[in-house]
Amino acid sequence: MPNALEKLANPEVFTRRTRPLILPFGAAAAVLLLLGSVIALFFSPPDFRQGESVRIMYVHVPAAWMALQTYAMIAVASLVGFVWKHRLADIAAREAATMGLAFAVLAIITGGLWGKVTWGVFWDWDPRMTSVLVLVFLYLGYIAIWQVIENEFTAARAAAILAMLGAVNLPIIKFSVDWWDSLHQKATVIREGGPSMPASMLTPLLIMALGYTCLFVFFLLMRIHTVLAKKKAPQRKASSARLEEAPAS
Amino acid sequence: MATPYEKRRQRKLFLTLVLPAFAGAVALSLVAISQTQVYAYAPSTMPTRQELGTREVRLAGLVAEGSLRTGADNQVAFIVTDGVADVPVTFTGILPSLVAENEGVIAQGKLGSDGVFTADTVLARHDENYEAPEVMKALEEAAEKQAEY
Repeated sequence: MPNALEKLANPEVFTRRTRPLILPFGAAAAVLLLLGSVIALFFSPPDFRQGESVRIMYVHVPAAWMALQTYAMIAVASLVGFVWKHRLADIAAREAATMGLAFAVLAIITGGLWGKVTWGVFWDWDPRMTSVLVLVFLYLGYIAIWQVIENEFTAARAAAILAMLGAVNLPIIKFSVDWWDSLHQKATVIREGGPSMPASMLTPLLIMALGYTCLFVFFLLMRIHTVLAKKKAPQRKASSARLEEAPAS
Repeated sequence: MATPYEKRRQRKLFLTLVLPAFAGAVALSLVAISQTQVYAYAPSTMPTRQELGTREVRLAGLVAEGSLRTGADNQVAFIVTDGVADVPVTFTGILPSLVAENEGVIAQGKLGSDGVFTADTVLARHDENYEAPEVMKALEEAAEKQAEY
């Protein structure tokens, strides 16, 4: 295991190192989301074809990106937890899952609203939409495993296996619009030849995406710290008593 | 180390919970793929009436220029083209506002024996390009000027 990862596996070290990061990430998220929303709603142009409805993109696209990135993060953390028995990686994966689910559901809902205005339907069994729905079910299954299995060690291993196997869905989602003829349009931003979008739209989109990312990191750190504090709480009395008994070294 | 009982319990949990969950996810994906492999036909790849029978299919392409006609009682007729072949389409209802000539469209319905596609749903399809209206107008004007010389 890499040395840095080993150090962060210690809850004390992790808590001490990451505590100063929480507030900056929270503040950055608030500023970026506010700034991005204002630019997206008032200073970015409408689309020549879709008109004002294009503004749903600034909520929909970052949510969809985050749904994928969160799952990728869970899969990597699960691998680290599974192979090296890194307990903190398991906790990080578990705490990220509900946020990933929220991003995926938000992407589907805003996508439906946008689709209703542009395509004419909320939902269609199109490859992109179907594969994102599978992602929602993977998140639900992953969360359910943690809820159902009482033994934390067993739960971590079972959940990690599902997370790693389910990662096969990520490239399917990303390339669904290229592999199959779909209702959903192809990638605009991450594609060969650069984004096919003017800077006046790309700027607020990237600001919003960065805001979503900061919000995710903020909540993830808060949740991990809460879990670690809860784990520590009942033992505090015993350990401090032991400390008092132990001779000073 | 886990006792044999715990090991057996782990294996049981894996078999009863994780494997079905994964199998379910894969099954859903495969169903999605098999359904969407032919998500839509282009006019040039459209099977014949004999091959299709009364099966409902999707037809994707561009609305041919000058072909969009709206009649009484929301009767709509247009031609879907992919530059190689054309398929005439009829539809009764209100089209999504993005449906226009030279724009992408997906029609869902049945191919009649007369070669006319009767759609019960028409969806507008847009591509991945975004642009501000003023810029688009300027670009079009520039292209027109270019064409004049």
